[in-house]
Amino acid sequence: MYKTIAVCVLAASCFAGCNKKKEEAGSGPATTSGAKAAEPGGPVSLNASGSTFQKPFQEAAIEGFSKIMKDAKINYGGGGSGKGRQDLADQVVDFAGADSPYKDAELAKNKGGDVLYFPILLGAITISYNVDGIDKLQLSPVTVAKIFQRDIKKWNDKEIAADNPDAKLPDADIVVAHRSDGSGTTDNFTKYLDRTAKDVWKLKSGSTVEWPADTQAGNGNPGVAQIVKSTKGAIGYVDLSDAKASGLKFALIKNQAGKYVEPSSDSASAAGDGIEVKDNLLFSALDPKGDGSYPITYQSWVIVYAKQTNPTKGAALKAYLKYLVTDAQAMLKELDFAPLPRSLAGKAVAQLDKIQVQ
Amino acid sequence: MQLSELRGHKQYSDRAFRGLAVAAAGLVLLVLGMIALTMTRRAWPAFGTEFFSSTRWSAAEGIFGALPFIWGTLYTAAIAIAIAVPISLGVSLFITQVAPPWMKKPLVYLMDLLAVVPSVVFGLWGVLVLSQHFGLGRSFLTAGIILAIMIIPIITSLSREVIETTPSSEKEAALALGATRWEMITASVLPHSTGGLVGAVMLGLGRAMGETIAAALVIGSAIGQITLNPFAPGNSMPAVIANEWGEAAENHKSALIALAVTLFIITIAVNLIATGIVQRSMKRSRGV
Repeated sequence: MYKTIAVCVLAASCFAGCNKKKEEAGSGPATTSGAKAAEPGGPVSLNASGSTFQKPFQEAAIEGFSKIMKDAKINYGGGGSGKGRQDLADQVVDFAGADSPYKDAELAKNKGGDVLYFPILLGAITISYNVDGIDKLQLSPVTVAKIFQRDIKKWNDKEIAADNPDAKLPDADIVVAHRSDGSGTTDNFTKYLDRTAKDVWKLKSGSTVEWPADTQAGNGNPGVAQIVKSTKGAIGYVDLSDAKASGLKFALIKNQAGKYVEPSSDSASAAGDGIEVKDNLLFSALDPKGDGSYPITYQSWVIVYAKQTNPTKGAALKAYLKYLVTDAQAMLKELDFAPLPRSLAGKAVAQLDKIQVQ
Repeated sequence: MQLSELRGHKQYSDRAFRGLAVAAAGLVLLVLGMIALTMTRRAWPAFGTEFFSSTRWSAAEGIFGALPFIWGTLYTAAIAIAIAVPISLGVSLFITQVAPPWMKKPLVYLMDLLAVVPSVVFGLWGVLVLSQHFGLGRSFLTAGIILAIMIIPIITSLSREVIETTPSSEKEAALALGATRWEMITASVLPHSTGGLVGAVMLGLGRAMGETIAAALVIGSAIGQITLNPFAPGNSMPAVIANEWGEAAENHKSALIALAVTLFIITIAVNLIATGIVQRSMKRSRGV
């Protein structure tokens, strides 16, 4: 134990020492670089936390951005949308990632004044399942609601059969898997059911809801995916990239137009075409119009303060945001997310002008 | 001359040490008091009759009843104690009374090693091995077993030290009267160490109730479950706090803090009771 501490201390002091050396080594031409640091383009680091849903995209974009702006170092810490919003409110991060906006009452507590929302991506929540003999499953919102609140307990229930006239459904028990942690995915999934299966869904919506006791809970999207994968008869809601990473089968969901649509990057993009966006770029991509839209589609924003007091950071932040809503959008499909509809991306670029760098 | 100089120096350092010690002790009390105060203040909106009577926990409706989680905490801790106490007592008696001297040191070392394994490691092992490989699922029982494994080293090492304080004169007296080893243990070792043993168990209990990550991983995170069935999934106070804090809204947060305060009070109560029992039995063993 003492040995470990000693090693840590040694490593830390060496680390500090090395940094110092670097600074000293760079002190030759430093007369100019010292002055340069205040200008945009100098070395700058941006810290962020929030939504784990957009984290894979942030990681890819940070790597891409580091090739464009070599002096900028961006850290995206994850931790959940709620943590991101709280951290930004307390000004411990430079921007936050979040799947849902601040509530009105919370806005007054933000220490840095007004915030701006930049939508950066859309993504699908799959209804993943693990049942032998069912390779194609179609579900309507009401059936999904009844399954997840345990009104339907068998895979060969007549309501599931009604959604799947051609399938041979086994006489197996349904095991429902959900999130054990508070989550934006749960929030959007339950909002979707609350909206589309209003007369049936009893659990309301929120980052955690009162799931029936005879259900299983897993931590994070990977936790739910893992339960579905390892449990025969299981069904759970998992975001598309985690569902694909775990090799899960997922259901086609009936959309507003009455069509059964498979979750994919394209069908989530299609969902984006049918949404109504407010002036502050807030919207909900759940239950959109259009034949090809996947209905359980949700969105994620980057939230920043409109007033940036540090000019170096402000400029870097602006550049990074621009990168996120323009060039980086091309990476989304490969990550199993969906890019923003063109009009929305344009609005996001236009909104960059509202960031005041002082 | 030299002596008085020396004494003056000594008095000065004595006073400095005294001040330092008082400050340290005061700081502990201050921190404890501040924690209690700020937590209770933030938790206040959530404390109501509902908090200790309702079995529902619905953030959407703003109903926060802590009963199922209090039950889960106490039930899993009870399972853990039921498993851990006989084993720990057996191990510590074995180490102190039965094991040959060459075995003693490695055994003690192993038990202490077990005590420093981070709880998340136990939790993951519980998920992968107990709940999946052995098919126990995520339940009160799984959590109880994991907690038991975590507190066995603590209880063992404390009770070993307590047992070792038994005066050898008492043990030898029992043996000289013709007692078997078992009779010697029940007649002189156990009565002598009752207080310390209870204290050890209570400390284990405190750790079991407060354990967060391991419990959160294996307890099943079911909401509103109050049942004696050990195979049912449940939830405990620290696990709920860890799981739900990140995305909680304002009133939800104060309910979670209220859970923390409740846990705080329960663990303090357990510790006070433990201290009481220890002191009483110590008085008895000394007084008679």
